[in-house]
Amino acid sequence: MSTADAPLPAPLRAEILVLAAQELHPRGAAVAALRLVQARFGWVSTGHLCEVADLLGMSADDLDGVATYFNLLFRRPVGRHVIMLCDSVSCWIMGCEPLCDHLCRTLGIQPGETTADNAITVLPTVCIGHCDHAPAMLVDTTLHGDVDTVCLDHLIDTLRDTP
Amino acid sequence: MTLLSDRPLTAMIDPAAGPPDCAAYGRAGGWQAARRALGGLAPADIIDMVTRSKLRGRGGAGFSTGQKWSFVPKDPASERRKYLIANADEMEPGTFKDRLLLEGNPLQLVEGMILAAYGVQAGHGIVFLRGEYHLACTRLHHAIGEARQQGWLGENILGSGFSFDIHVHSSAGRYICGEETALLTALEGRRATPRSKPPFPQTGGLWGAPSVVNNVETLCNLPHIIANGPEWFAGLGLGEDGGTKIYGASGRVTKPGAWELPIGTPLRQIIEEHAGGMLPGYRLRALLPGGASTAFLDATSLDVAMDYGSVEKAGSRLGTGMAIILDDRTCPIGMIRNLEHFFAQESCGWCTPCRDGLPWVERLLTAIEDGTGQAEDMDHLARHARMLGAPGRTFCAHAPGAMAPLASGLKLFAADFTDHIRHGRCPLPAAHGGMNTRQGAPS
Repeated sequence: MSTADAPLPAPLRAEILVLAAQELHPRGAAVAALRLVQARFGWVSTGHLCEVADLLGMSADDLDGVATYFNLLFRRPVGRHVIMLCDSVSCWIMGCEPLCDHLCRTLGIQPGETTADNAITVLPTVCIGHCDHAPAMLVDTTLHGDVDTVCLDHLIDTLRDTP
Repeated sequence: MTLLSDRPLTAMIDPAAGPPDCAAYGRAGGWQAARRALGGLAPADIIDMVTRSKLRGRGGAGFSTGQKWSFVPKDPASERRKYLIANADEMEPGTFKDRLLLEGNPLQLVEGMILAAYGVQAGHGIVFLRGEYHLACTRLHHAIGEARQQGWLGENILGSGFSFDIHVHSSAGRYICGEETALLTALEGRRATPRSKPPFPQTGGLWGAPSVVNNVETLCNLPHIIANGPEWFAGLGLGEDGGTKIYGASGRVTKPGAWELPIGTPLRQIIEEHAGGMLPGYRLRALLPGGASTAFLDATSLDVAMDYGSVEKAGSRLGTGMAIILDDRTCPIGMIRNLEHFFAQESCGWCTPCRDGLPWVERLLTAIEDGTGQAEDMDHLARHARMLGAPGRTFCAHAPGAMAPLASGLKLFAADFTDHIRHGRCPLPAAHGGMNTRQGAPS
C-alpha cells in the first residue's frame, strides 16, 4: 500500500483527535488510533506512527513500544488479506500443524510472509475462541471453523480474486 | 427471569435468531433487575445481594464478587470518578464462553454492568474486548447504542439520579491483558505489563481512580441475581458455590461445545453426556479442566465436581471451566510443548524469570519431542516448574499458570518423557500429524 508513505489524511487526523479528547489522557487512545490507521492502510508505517504520537502527545518511541507490543498491530506491510491460523492447544490437537504446512506449501510462503502478488499474508495466531470448531482461523475479520485442506484451497482461490 | 430458568445466562440465546434487541430483551424478562435496583435499592443492597448469592469470579481466579466490590470507596458516582470494567479479553486457550455471551445476548452484559456500576457507584463503564472478536464487537456496539437510545445508559437513568455510560475498548491481542492490572495499564495506552499490588484496582486503578474489573460471565449473572434474589441464585449451584457455569469441552470429543449447567456439575457428566464422550477410536488420557493454565487431571478424576473447591482438592483449578481433552493418540509432551510455546510467546517480558524461563522450557520440550532430549533435561524442567510455579518468584500469575500443566504433566506423563529420551523419538509420530478427523476415527 503505497499511500503509507503519504501523510495521514486530514479527516483521519481529526478522528484521532476526537478519540484522544474522549480519554482522560490522550495516550489512552493509543491503541484505538493505531487501529484506525491500520484499518485504513493495512499496517502502521513509521511515518504514520510518528504522526499519531505527535497527535497524542507521546514520543514516537513510546508509542512504538505500544504498537510492537500487540499481536494485531502490524508494523510491516501485509497482503490484501490476512489469514490468521490458530496454533493454540485445541487447534493443535485437531491438526492445525499439517493445515499450516498445507497452506504455506500451496501459497509458496512461510508463516509470517506475504505472497508475491500481495494477496495473502499467513500469520499463526493464539487461541481465537472457536475451540469447539477446531482447527479454526480468522480470515481478515471473519471466523472460520472445522477448517480442512479442501476449505483452505477454496478460500485461497476466493481471496486471490477478491480485492 | 419471568419464568425462573435454571439456565438464566443462556435462556435468551438463540444462535439462529441472533441477539435480542432492547424490546425483545425486555419482553423476555430483561431490565427487571435494573428497574428494581435503580427504582429503590441502595448501592449497599446490591453488594449485599451479590455477596449472599455466592457468586465467584468466572474469569478464572474465583474471588467472591461481592467481596471484591466491598473494597471500593463508597463515595457516590457523582462525587468521585470510578470505573466499572468488563473483562472481555477472553484469550485463555480452549475458552470461548464469553464470546457466546457477547454475541448471543450483549444486552445482558449491558444490564449486568449497569447493576455492578450502581453497586460500586461507578459512572464510567468500559468493555475491554479482545481485538479478534469482530462479531461480538459489532453486536456490542449495537446493543450499547440501543440501550443508550432507550435511556438505559447516559445521564440520570430512569430518573434515579445515577448516570452511567459504556465505552468499548477494542484491544489488539495480548493474553496478559486479561490480568486485571495489565488490562488497566493497556487502557492507559502503555505496554500492558501487570502492576504490583497494592494499590489494588478497587482503590487505585485506571488513571489512579477506583476501578472494578469483572469477567463477562460474572457480570452477566447480575441481572438474574437482582431480579430473582440471591437465595434462588445460590440454590442453582450443586455444591458450595452459587449459580450456573458455562462449561465446555474441546479436543477429540464427539460433540465439542459449551453448556450452561449448575456450578458443581461432575466433570464426567460434562464430558460423557454433554460432549458425547470421545470420538470413536480414541480414549481419554487426561484433560485440562479450565483452560491452558490449569493442571492436568487424569481419567481417575472424572468424578470431581466442577466447582472451585473440589477441583482444587483434585489438584487443579476450575479456571474458566472450559476443558481441553487429551486423547490417547496425541502426544502429551507435544501438547505441553504447544502450551509452553503459547505462554513463552505471550509473556509480557517484564520480569526475567518469566521472559527467559518460559522460552527455555519450550526449547527443552521441543528437544525432547524431537528426540534430542537428554536425561538431565528432566531436572531442568522440574527446576523451572518449581521456580516459576505457584506461589512463584515471578511478578504476576502468568508463569505460575504456565507451570501448572508442566508440573502436573511431569508427574502424570513421566513414562512418556522417559520413553522419548531413551528412544530418541516421539513414540506417537503421527499423533498430531493427522488431518482434521472430527468426522470419525483416523484410518
